[in-house]
Amino acid sequence: MTLDGLTEKIGDYIKETDSFRDEVTVTVDRDAIIPVCRILKEDADCSFDFLSDCCGLDRLPETPRFMVVYQLYSLRYGHRVRIKVPLEEDDAEIESLTPLWKAANWLERECFDMFGIRFTGHPDLRRIITPPGLEGYPLKKDFPLEGSETT
Amino acid sequence: MIVDILLEILKIIVIFAVILTCVAYLTLMERKCLGYFQIRLGPNRVGPWGLFQPIADGIKLFFKEDMTVLHANTFYFILAPMISLVAVLACFAVVPFAGNAFIVDMPVAVLYLMAVSSMGVYGVLLAGWSSNNKYSAMGGYRATAQMISYEIPLALALVGVLILSGSMSIVDIVNGQQGMWYIVKQPLGFIIYLICTFAETNRCPFDFYECENELVAGYQTEYSSMKFALFYMAEYAHIFLASCLITVFYLGGWHGPVLPALAWFFIKVFFCAFCFIWIRATYPRIRYDQLMNLSWKVMLPLAFLNLMVTAVLKVMF
Amino acid sequence: MTEETITLNLGPQHPSTHGVLRVLLELDGEVIVDAKPDIGFLHRGLEKLSEHRTYQQILILTDRIDYLAAMSNNFAYVLAVEKLLELEVPKRAQYIRVALVELQRIASHLFWLGTHAHDLGAMTPLFYALREREDIMDIFEAISGGRLTPSFMRFGGLAADADGTFVKNTKKFTDAFAEKVDDYENLLTENPMWLSRTRTVGMMSKEFCINTGISGPMARAAGIEWDLRKSNPYSSYEDFDFEIPTGLQGDVFDCYMMRIREMRESAKIVSQAVDGLPESDGSPIKAKVNKFPAGEVYHSIESPRGELGFYIVSDGGKSPARLRVRPPSFVNLQGVGELLKGRLLSDAVAIIGMIDIVLAEVDR
Repeated sequence: MTLDGLTEKIGDYIKETDSFRDEVTVTVDRDAIIPVCRILKEDADCSFDFLSDCCGLDRLPETPRFMVVYQLYSLRYGHRVRIKVPLEEDDAEIESLTPLWKAANWLERECFDMFGIRFTGHPDLRRIITPPGLEGYPLKKDFPLEGSETT
Repeated sequence: MIVDILLEILKIIVIFAVILTCVAYLTLMERKCLGYFQIRLGPNRVGPWGLFQPIADGIKLFFKEDMTVLHANTFYFILAPMISLVAVLACFAVVPFAGNAFIVDMPVAVLYLMAVSSMGVYGVLLAGWSSNNKYSAMGGYRATAQMISYEIPLALALVGVLILSGSMSIVDIVNGQQGMWYIVKQPLGFIIYLICTFAETNRCPFDFYECENELVAGYQTEYSSMKFALFYMAEYAHIFLASCLITVFYLGGWHGPVLPALAWFFIKVFFCAFCFIWIRATYPRIRYDQLMNLSWKVMLPLAFLNLMVTAVLKVMF
Repeated sequence: MTEETITLNLGPQHPSTHGVLRVLLELDGEVIVDAKPDIGFLHRGLEKLSEHRTYQQILILTDRIDYLAAMSNNFAYVLAVEKLLELEVPKRAQYIRVALVELQRIASHLFWLGTHAHDLGAMTPLFYALREREDIMDIFEAISGGRLTPSFMRFGGLAADADGTFVKNTKKFTDAFAEKVDDYENLLTENPMWLSRTRTVGMMSKEFCINTGISGPMARAAGIEWDLRKSNPYSSYEDFDFEIPTGLQGDVFDCYMMRIREMRESAKIVSQAVDGLPESDGSPIKAKVNKFPAGEVYHSIESPRGELGFYIVSDGGKSPARLRVRPPSFVNLQGVGELLKGRLLSDAVAIIGMIDIVLAEVDR
């Protein structure tokens, strides 16, 4: 899917675009994530029916600190798009994509586990990979590599 | 009189010793055969061709720590393996190894066999229940239901043999096969008996109690040392018993040209035991509900059919 | 009288959960009412560690993501970094890479076949499958020095060029392989007991697979004709002639057939790669890399378990600012909770086996 094609469909929501190494990346606001994903999933020309991945990004010391990155794939056309949503450090909340894709369930749990980003509307938001009782979020840049006292 | 009694006791001891040795070496045979089926060697360290392996296993099990589970019902916990083993060994009393090599030749031997081997179910049930462990309990219930379900078609298949021989004494049944083995006259009965025997002895493809993959070790999970050894011996003694019974009921017992009677008997028994091992190496195990379906919806009707056809043919010819 | 369900814990130490997976089952008799997988026992902080290692050092870590398909992990990582660097890989290196990765696919599927059959009671195919896998491990050892963790790929190519013995041994393996797969099929495919244990167990619809993010042989078993090697080819896969098998119902039997047929197709690809191996044109088999431009890339390959992707965010330094592994087993395992509901306990083992998880990949 080219950048022009995308701009046609979701142009209102796009804040930034990028096409490094021929990969299409769009940055949208967090309020726009559900409408954007719905359009991309249901539109016949886009047909991004597969949520490949959802992960977090910590850009300390840049602001906004966090990014949630979604990789979408179209089984029909074989094209990909990357959607990035910036989140402020003290307001790291975003709507969950679980109503659209069940795949988002564990992927968002892992994002929460690693960064502390809360997904509103998630059916079961709790830690998934780290041991129970861990304090802090491991993939944040200020979490030490050796781990904290509670590990 | 005293001499007769002493001779009888000596006969019992000798036969008992032979049976236990065969059972011990059956474990080695299983491990070696499974090894060769699986393109590996099996035990070969302890003695030439691993011949002292059963002795080593026995010594190992003897010296292991004997644990009794907390909150287990101790009396039944200890009783269960004993019941299993005794139920099987008692059946050997009526199994004839040759024309006159048996402990006793009862006129109701088949009835005795069915009754005493059914007692083995108590061993399994008590083991599962008294271990105070969910896994063991589930394993025990499954094994019990399996054994009870398959006893019925087993007995019905045997009735076919009884109709042909006209007697419940095993020596008479074997002697009745001098002209033609009953496997030829009762092909369907043989297949039913064979499948039911696999289920009775808890062997693959019906080996739920052994399926480590689902319930760790089933009803034997909590047993260790000698109690486990008793279960282990009971299992192999049951296989040996089953092979002996298939031999005497369907394969003509000790009859055969040239070689002495005892040799033929053991050749046939070990061939049957080999088939048990062969089938274990080849087939996956079936699911519990499919097992129950097989018993009640397939084996039982077929056994009835076999019985009717045998009875009709016997009356007509 | 109230009916109670019992809670049974399958794992984390259990012969059939293939590693440290814990599944909390609520049972009503033999029927599973609810199933909750619990993971995280093998979490080693791989993504955090990658932020403190150079790109070259991370290559060693990638072997350990999915230890049964180490070459695939190396491959996915190296392709992602080469995309970041816009590095050209010589054709010879591409063909050798394809041969190695397809051999790895066969090895991974063989291991899966052996353990899955063993779970369901057929203990013999395990030994036959491992015997073939030993041959593949020997080929890997001869070319890279490592059996399970070869770490053989490098940016721009491979650690070393392949020589005549690689070609000879690989050909010997692929020539004999089709017969071996026939052996496994003889034991299992038409066996009524195998069919009764695997047919209609754990059926998945196409919509379920797409929505749950399931990829790889499981998705193809449900009928989705999707293989990244065909839809988004990389590393000269477009030069090779192979088919993508698809199933009908997405049950355990279909997943089994997918992997068996994929093994056959992979053997064909390896044969073609080795037969058509271009001669070395004198250019070095790997590139010297020092500078990594800032930017972000995502590249995924078709690993034996599904879509294995690497998302690398580079800020221009020697280490990535973020390395994300998109683990196929993790996403595939999500679906297991739903697939297990309403099935019997014995089916739990079959269904968990059909996913072909490697916990190291699930937990990283």
